Amino acid sequence: MSDAHSESYKNYTRKCLLIFLAVLCGTGLMVGASFASLASGVRIAMILTIACVNAFLVAGHLMHLISERKMVYIVLVFTVIFFIGLMGLTIWAHADVPHLKGV
Amino acid sequence: MDIPYTVKPRPDTGLYNAKIGMWLFLASEVMLFGGLFSAYIFLRVGAPAGTWPHGWLNVTLGTINTVILALSAITTLLAWVALKLNQFPRYKVFHALTILLALTFLGIKSYEYRDKFLHFEVQLKDGRIADGHMVENKRDADHIVLHGHYVENRAELMDGHTKGKEHTELKIPRADIKRMQNYGPAHNNFLGIYFCLTILHALHILGGVLVIAYIWGPGSKMWFTDPERYTNRVEVSGLFWHFVDLVWIFLFPVLYLT
Repeated sequence: MSDAHSESYKNYTRKCLLIFLAVLCGTGLMVGASFASLASGVRIAMILTIACVNAFLVAGHLMHLISERKMVYIVLVFTVIFFIGLMGLTIWAHADVPHLKGV
Repeated sequence: MDIPYTVKPRPDTGLYNAKIGMWLFLASEVMLFGGLFSAYIFLRVGAPAGTWPHGWLNVTLGTINTVILALSAITTLLAWVALKLNQFPRYKVFHALTILLALTFLGIKSYEYRDKFLHFEVQLKDGRIADGHMVENKRDADHIVLHGHYVENRAELMDGHTKGKEHTELKIPRADIKRMQNYGPAHNNFLGIYFCLTILHALHILGGVLVIAYIWGPGSKMWFTDPERYTNRVEVSGLFWHFVDLVWIFLFPVLYLT
């Protein structure tokens, strides 16, 4: 294995360790936010936003999604469409409350 | 006959077969967990005000498990990098650490489950509720012993963060008990979906550990005959492992913190 190749893997390792530290910081922030005296909606939105950042770091860098082949993106686009549909149906169903007239 | 594209990428997909197979599998997994997450949202937003519990789970243990899983994701990656750098002994160490961290995660989760199964809500005939951990529950005894406290109604139990009355040893005669139930999956919707989601996740951890342990142990002979294919196996198992970490990144805040 060439030195350049070896060096690029070492750089990659350093990057992954930084991501690990970032995920730890994100987790700490989430826990801190959960005990903060904020409105419930704001607190939940904050926590889920940090969770999404952590998820992006893991999926993007550790799973190499930011530099994957087109085929993987195609698979994931379909997944995202179905996932949005799934969540959309849930929210739609929640609004679909039967009107109990006279009850 | 050799199986094609186990090492070299297919010209049409640009990926070797195991990798595209793993991504398709992970896509189906997203829908599996997505269905359960949508069930969680449905139950939560549909719960009448004041009936959805908060602070029932141990945030410290959840945080420790988050750190353990994030660390195991890094050791998996370092194991793969070690193979890429032709450092087999180093790979063995990192993947062994992954297995140990995963088993620690499962151990902590089991402890949390045990705690829930020992935690009881006891409704008394006079309308009060005794809540706490079971200390003594002998079949032939005319009483049970709980380490907990009394509340006047269930609403007082919904917020686990609220500092309640001091916990003491409560000796309750069986004749005074109207209903008694532990904090298992049947206790309420929150615990039902909590157990469902986390047990499914724990089964994924267990499955991942079995696969990684096979690759690390008996399967490692392949390194000496077909190192590139072996490295690909480690990469694909790593993809699954990162997905399991990704699911926990959402499970932890949703169940423990919100």
